[in-house]
Amino acid sequence: MTIQLNGKKVNLPGEISSIRELLAFYKLENQILVVELNKEIAYKEQYSTQLLSDGDMVEIVHFVGGG
Amino acid sequence: MQHAHAIIIGAGALGSASAEMLARAGVGNITIVDRDYVEWSNLQRQQLYSEEDAKKKLPKAIAAKTRLEQLNSEIKINSIIADINGLNIEELLKDISVIIDATDNFETRLAVNDAAVKHNIPFIFGACVASYGLTFPIIPEKTPCLHCLLNHLPAEGMTCDTVGVISPIVQIIAAFQVTNVLQLLTGQELLPIIQSFDIWKNEKAEINIQGLKNNDCPTCGEQATFPYLSFENQTKADVLCGRDAIQLRPGTSRLIQLESLSEHLKGSVSHIVLNPYLLSCSFEEYRIVLFKDGRAIIHGTNEPSKARAIYNRIIQ
Repeated sequence: MTIQLNGKKVNLPGEISSIRELLAFYKLENQILVVELNKEIAYKEQYSTQLLSDGDMVEIVHFVGGG
Repeated sequence: MQHAHAIIIGAGALGSASAEMLARAGVGNITIVDRDYVEWSNLQRQQLYSEEDAKKKLPKAIAAKTRLEQLNSEIKINSIIADINGLNIEELLKDISVIIDATDNFETRLAVNDAAVKHNIPFIFGACVASYGLTFPIIPEKTPCLHCLLNHLPAEGMTCDTVGVISPIVQIIAAFQVTNVLQLLTGQELLPIIQSFDIWKNEKAEINIQGLKNNDCPTCGEQATFPYLSFENQTKADVLCGRDAIQLRPGTSRLIQLESLSEHLKGSVSHIVLNPYLLSCSFEEYRIVLFKDGRAIIHGTNEPSKARAIYNRIIQ
């Protein structure tokens, strides 16, 4: 599947179908995140149930604490 | 703009960058608060400081004031050497028009966020590590606050001191923060948009976060209690008598995954010992023992503020 992730086209391995799996693939599951799927906020409780489809636009912002 | 009063919390990389821009822009009053002194390793990114400042180990707040006064003698610079926490932040916010986030840890940010919302002062969040950073404006009563977005204190072992940070990402984040300040001071409305950048990978993300405003938020919800301003939620420091060590006890529970933390810390600390109960390591001249509940013992100092600074350099 091909999605647009933070503005860049990426090809995902076939086994990734949900937002939760996408976050695990990028090792972001333990981070504090804001996730958007096709211009709508994806809430944490929905990460497992929200499925991705070809051409989806996903934006992920993760928090860091430095400065 | 000349009547505005901006406070910058932290005079490290982000604080140096935004202070210089705000001073040159002619913001009439700038207060800069920091607990630390200038070290050689800061000079790669903290643009207000010189080798001379590092040699003299000048407090950053003092060195910053001296430099900013050279840049613009027509504005007023106040410098405060203090370790900001939930008990002292409110007294610093009198007559403040805007707060610029330039701290290096989440605990201080959440205290500042509580105070900003309580006193209805815009707070411009900014943070960066390595080549990545993020920023968004918090406008009390309008946008979500930091607490709406973070429901617990993160415990990730990636900080500027362990992973490093490159100066171009600092400039980008500070540039967006200062733009937000200038927009606010000229009466423009700020949109609830969080932006992140990775300058090394040339990546950018942008999300409208209005939907994350939480009506039950303990900071900005209908029944706000401002938890990070309460005494119970402050990290407590106990001097361990006769041991040249300080014990730090976080006020809010902070479950630390010792194994993943030890992975993150590899390369930036030495002598790591990990067992199911604790992680022990050496960092600079200090020995640090971290427990799963977030408690820590910092050996090699008997100054609580130094111990806190070291803790925040290891754990965000």
